Amino acid sequence: MTFFFQNLVNALQWGSFYALVAVGYSMVYSILMLFNFAHGDIFMVGAYIGFGVSTALIALASSGAVVMPNWLILVLTILFSMFLTSFVGMIVERVGYRPLRDAPRASAAITGLMIGIILQTSTLALLGARRISFPSLIETTTYNVGGVFVTNKKIMIVLVSLLLALALHQFVRRTKWGMAMRAMAFDYATVPLMGVPLNTMVAVTFAIGSALAAAAGILFGVAYPVLDPYMGILIGWKAFVAAILGGRGSVMGATLAGFLLGFTEIFVVMIFPSTLRDLIAYSIILLILTFRPHGFFGEPYSARLRL
Amino acid sequence: MLLSVENLRVSYDKIKALHGISFQIDEGEIVCIIGANGAGKSTTLRAISRLVPVEAGTKMTYLGRDLLTYPADKVVSELGISHVPEGRRLFDNLTVMENLRLATFARRDRRAIAQDLDRVFSIFPRVKERLNQKAGTLSGGEQQMLAVGRAFMSGRKIMLLDEPSMGLAPLLMMSVFDSLKEINQEGTTILLVEQNARMALQFAGRGYVLENGRLVLEGGSEALLANPQVKRAYLGG
Repeated sequence: MTFFFQNLVNALQWGSFYALVAVGYSMVYSILMLFNFAHGDIFMVGAYIGFGVSTALIALASSGAVVMPNWLILVLTILFSMFLTSFVGMIVERVGYRPLRDAPRASAAITGLMIGIILQTSTLALLGARRISFPSLIETTTYNVGGVFVTNKKIMIVLVSLLLALALHQFVRRTKWGMAMRAMAFDYATVPLMGVPLNTMVAVTFAIGSALAAAAGILFGVAYPVLDPYMGILIGWKAFVAAILGGRGSVMGATLAGFLLGFTEIFVVMIFPSTLRDLIAYSIILLILTFRPHGFFGEPYSARLRL
Repeated sequence: MLLSVENLRVSYDKIKALHGISFQIDEGEIVCIIGANGAGKSTTLRAISRLVPVEAGTKMTYLGRDLLTYPADKVVSELGISHVPEGRRLFDNLTVMENLRLATFARRDRRAIAQDLDRVFSIFPRVKERLNQKAGTLSGGEQQMLAVGRAFMSGRKIMLLDEPSMGLAPLLMMSVFDSLKEINQEGTTILLVEQNARMALQFAGRGYVLENGRLVLEGGSEALLANPQVKRAYLGG
């Protein structure tokens, strides 16, 4: 039983990364009918920006100019990096996707793949092939809860992810911006008639998705402190699966599906050799999608909307 | 002159939809454009709302301002030209109240918004009864009322109406047009396009006849209703 709960704890942390990245996928997909395949690489860029920001803050703190405890450096790193990465998302949209807004969806999807490659290779060109280790900002404290080992990092990662997902959920449900996003998900073409500036809405959506991806990247760096330019690819693909599984435009759906993916992977390894992890885990997900092709939740959309 | 359209040309791919039509509307008027399916009526309204690109040579001005310099959302939020689109295009996944609130997205005048909302409720009491329902669950008549109410909230110097009679039983249709008359009397100029020529001409002060992307006739409603050509083509003999 403790073995089970231990895996549950690990799965919660693992699912957090998928959940945060999946939410951004889902938002963009719902308002633009666009798979932003560069999103996993924005997660990677976010992690690198987090590395840069935290290194700078540590240097600032150790120079004695300002007194900052490490936890504050981490909080500031997350906030600054989310802010900076949101601009990366907006630039990607402005340069990569907006010119293709009315192009066939396949072209836009391919654009996403290319932007992803550009982000990977420019990170590589800029920083070289060496792996970078994310600065350790908080000491790991391990708690033994009835034989199950829980670390302060794991608790923080899960809580921050849930908090961000919940905040976004409230944003989409309660604010006029969220209302406009839901309206775009249903019938994109009619939204300008409400006096809503489409381009601004799209930019805001990319900004939010990218900020969350950056948060995921930093949390990932806290848990697994080795960064490399290709770290976003697999996580991006899997988060994409979670976004579809969660249902179009559903923040809670994408979050739940992200955690479900985490659980499936970890629990497969409980039973089978870890080399079979993704083979078995994603066969299960495929089976679920066969029975629920529209995912768990998801906004309905107008029959007029091209898909 | 409130709105002036000169030489409006629109093409979809290689097909010409509008071959350079011109018309004007004065403040407070109700003007209709009648024509058959595919004549270019919706395209005309969509061009004014800046939803479709126009070809070179087109001139559209609103109170002397060049309409072509405004993007679609600013046509609504800065010029106050609202548009009830063909088929209503409500956001079925939002509640009735959210549909109305979304239409005020760019507005900052909270007090005026509250007043306008009250006005919508007094014109369409049935909309008020359904506030927390999803728009997709409304009946056809209620949907048309909400579509007009939504346009009223978004801006109401001019209201462009695309086939408001579509799919409505005659009695409901009359009641929607009565409400539109009320809205017009409070200062909203109305440009209406309709296939239901009789209804449109009874409602409007004057009208235009659009055929295959060209305006072929214009005049006062009574003159058009009496015109043998209009009678034959649009009024069933």
